[in-house]
Amino acid sequence: MDIKEIIKPENLVYKKTELMTDAPLSYCPGCGHGTAHRITMEVVEEMGIWEDTIGVAPVGCSVLAYDFMNIDMTQAAHGRAPAVATGIKRVWPEKYVFTYQGDGDLAAIGGNETLHACNRGENIVIIFINNGIYGMTGGQMAPTTLPGMKSSTSPYGRVIETMGHPLKMTELIAQLPGTYFVTRQAVHTAAAVRKTKKAIRKAFEIQKEKKGLAFIEIVSNCNSGWKMNPVDANNWMVDNMFPYFPLGDIKVDGELVK
Amino acid sequence: MTEEMIIAGFGGQGVLSMGKILAYSGIMQDQEVSWMPSYGPEMRGGTANVTVIISDERISSPILANFDTAIILNQQSMDKFEKSVKPGGVLIYDPNGIIKHPTRTDISIYTIEGAKLASKMGNPKIFNMIVFGAFLEVKPIVKLENVIKGLKKSLPERHHKLIPLNKDAITMGMQNVVKASI
Amino acid sequence: MGEVKLMKGNEAIAEAAIRAGADAYFGYPITPQSEVIEYLMVERPEDRTGMVVLQAESEIAAINMVYGAAGAGKKVMTSSSSPGVSLKQEGISYIAGAELPCVIVNVVRGGPGLGTIQPSQADYFQSTKGGGHGDYKLLVLAPASVQEMADFVDQAFDLAFKYRNPVLILSDGVIGQMMEKVVMPEQKPRLTNDEIIERYSDWATVGKKKSRERNIITSLELDPYRQEAHNLKLQEKYKKMEENEVRYEMINCEDADYIIVAYGSSARIAQKTMDQARAKGLKVGIFRLITLFPFPKNEINKLADRVKGFLAVEMSAGQMIEDVRLAVNGKVPAEHYGRYGGVIHSPEEVLAALEQKIIGG
Repeated sequence: MDIKEIIKPENLVYKKTELMTDAPLSYCPGCGHGTAHRITMEVVEEMGIWEDTIGVAPVGCSVLAYDFMNIDMTQAAHGRAPAVATGIKRVWPEKYVFTYQGDGDLAAIGGNETLHACNRGENIVIIFINNGIYGMTGGQMAPTTLPGMKSSTSPYGRVIETMGHPLKMTELIAQLPGTYFVTRQAVHTAAAVRKTKKAIRKAFEIQKEKKGLAFIEIVSNCNSGWKMNPVDANNWMVDNMFPYFPLGDIKVDGELVK
Repeated sequence: MTEEMIIAGFGGQGVLSMGKILAYSGIMQDQEVSWMPSYGPEMRGGTANVTVIISDERISSPILANFDTAIILNQQSMDKFEKSVKPGGVLIYDPNGIIKHPTRTDISIYTIEGAKLASKMGNPKIFNMIVFGAFLEVKPIVKLENVIKGLKKSLPERHHKLIPLNKDAITMGMQNVVKASI
Repeated sequence: MGEVKLMKGNEAIAEAAIRAGADAYFGYPITPQSEVIEYLMVERPEDRTGMVVLQAESEIAAINMVYGAAGAGKKVMTSSSSPGVSLKQEGISYIAGAELPCVIVNVVRGGPGLGTIQPSQADYFQSTKGGGHGDYKLLVLAPASVQEMADFVDQAFDLAFKYRNPVLILSDGVIGQMMEKVVMPEQKPRLTNDEIIERYSDWATVGKKKSRERNIITSLELDPYRQEAHNLKLQEKYKKMEENEVRYEMINCEDADYIIVAYGSSARIAQKTMDQARAKGLKVGIFRLITLFPFPKNEINKLADRVKGFLAVEMSAGQMIEDVRLAVNGKVPAEHYGRYGGVIHSPEEVLAALEQKIIGG
């Protein structure tokens, strides 16, 4: 059998969504960003809302998210994505608006914008990639860096006494009446990807029904920043990140479930 | 005609609103007006003042160092603004609470017992309108009918029932202003 | 002609924003400009025109809301006073870099730091030389009356969309807090969503139709050569502004021996100085800047050929004077005078400075 006979529509088992561009991903092999991008765009495509969806990219590794997501996008200043998304959503209330942010962006420099967008209950979706480190700038300590975890600015490990505790932003914003759906997921296994995609779908459905803010944390790895190979990074994530940042829904239908 | 004046006293005495009613009255007779307040925390309890200019011509500076008229309602303002009245100008003050009375002989000085008359009329809030009446008696630069029109314009509808009381207060001020002898 | 009203400059700006057909205002309270957002909240523009008003959690958030909404093709405004405008500089740099239209109002107070809440003109450098990081310019309008506070809002929006550039209305505590007669412009309708999509879908994030390429609002260009090309394009735009948008007012300059250059409240104060000087037989004229960038350098240079001297009057330690001197180019003396830190110079003080620094010297 020759390859042309195999490439036939009836044999197609997977097709890249048209909402991902053909640009090669700039992420490190094994990074969770590519998967998180793809499932977000798949949800937008499956809901048939791509002509009405506007994304907000952060500063960090995913600053170039707009190179890969084939929708209208705005790139925000560091940490300001929730404010930028608020601006867009308030003047286009019928559009779907989401931010895609990393831990430094969302939980450190943008902590205030995150808190207040959540508190106002902006009708937007926030996708929060937490890999416990600043990836793009070269592996510095993030607000979510674990105790004892090494980074280029905590070279002997994070010292709680002087550097503070890892920030559980997701639990924090779940306390606010403005958030409607808050969950923590991962994209390291096929099963986890399916669950995360379901959560993202749910988040966009909530926006459609104008119920409030939906917040999805995705615990991910940073094999470059963690200085591990991708497999080890994922294993380390399961062993170390998940106990501190446990997966699962935190708030559903406006009610805390955890 | 150009009238450059300052109204100065404590916050809460109605200094700013007296200036505002004057400015509105000027607009009612098609004149140019400007109203420049001192602003900030000093408004609450400390001294407050407002520079009001009414003119037949385009107004240049809203900020002035010298005035045709000064209406002075506390000692601090007397200390500050007595010297700022232009020679030949007018100073009107309420002697209530004034320890050091004005001494200049090159200006016309008038007193109005605003605080006393207001309490006699049973409403301390109309104090500023009594003083305003005193000013109008000395310097009738705006017509009373335009003041009433200005009041209607500057007060919210729900306060229009207070206009007759304000008018009485203005009349009270007009009748009780006294030329001071130095 | 519309109805004559007595309004504060800050209130006039707010009302004019509604009437200009603005889609949104995002702000944060700070003295001496809080009346802008207070007025808007009282007026309920969402009922009048559908305009959105939101009190943000900070000036930083407010300018980034402006960035988002402006990038989505809407007509948006924010306002603040000096310390708050410093906080906005990051966002303003992004807006300038991403070439978005918006209107920013600064009702200047004295600094540096928290400074004073009293009027000042010490943000001239920040306003006209960039303000944030990178090579960029704002188009800067300086109103000198409450009427101009109202009139400049609509003009600022037009200029902002014409050049896709932020336009700054540089006011100060005097013009913001004082009340004057003002005739409000007629209500302009807001653009409908369909009109916005039709007009701006070549650049704005209004939702990507399958038939077009996606729109990206960004100020990021990692390739330095492409970033340089982008900068060249920006510079070209600023040059066009210098060619086409210079605005100023000359008062009694025809026969003048001495010129006071000023803007905003100082230009008003200087007019009284001019009257006082002329009463003494001194031929003084006023060159009032309306645009601070672009700066009317050619006009001042020409004037320098036929006058004996310039006094730059501004409530600062001497900022605009640098541009005046560049324009005068050494032809005649050009000196600075101004009180600052929140102190307002009187017409008499300006006259004394003019006599001492220019006429006497």
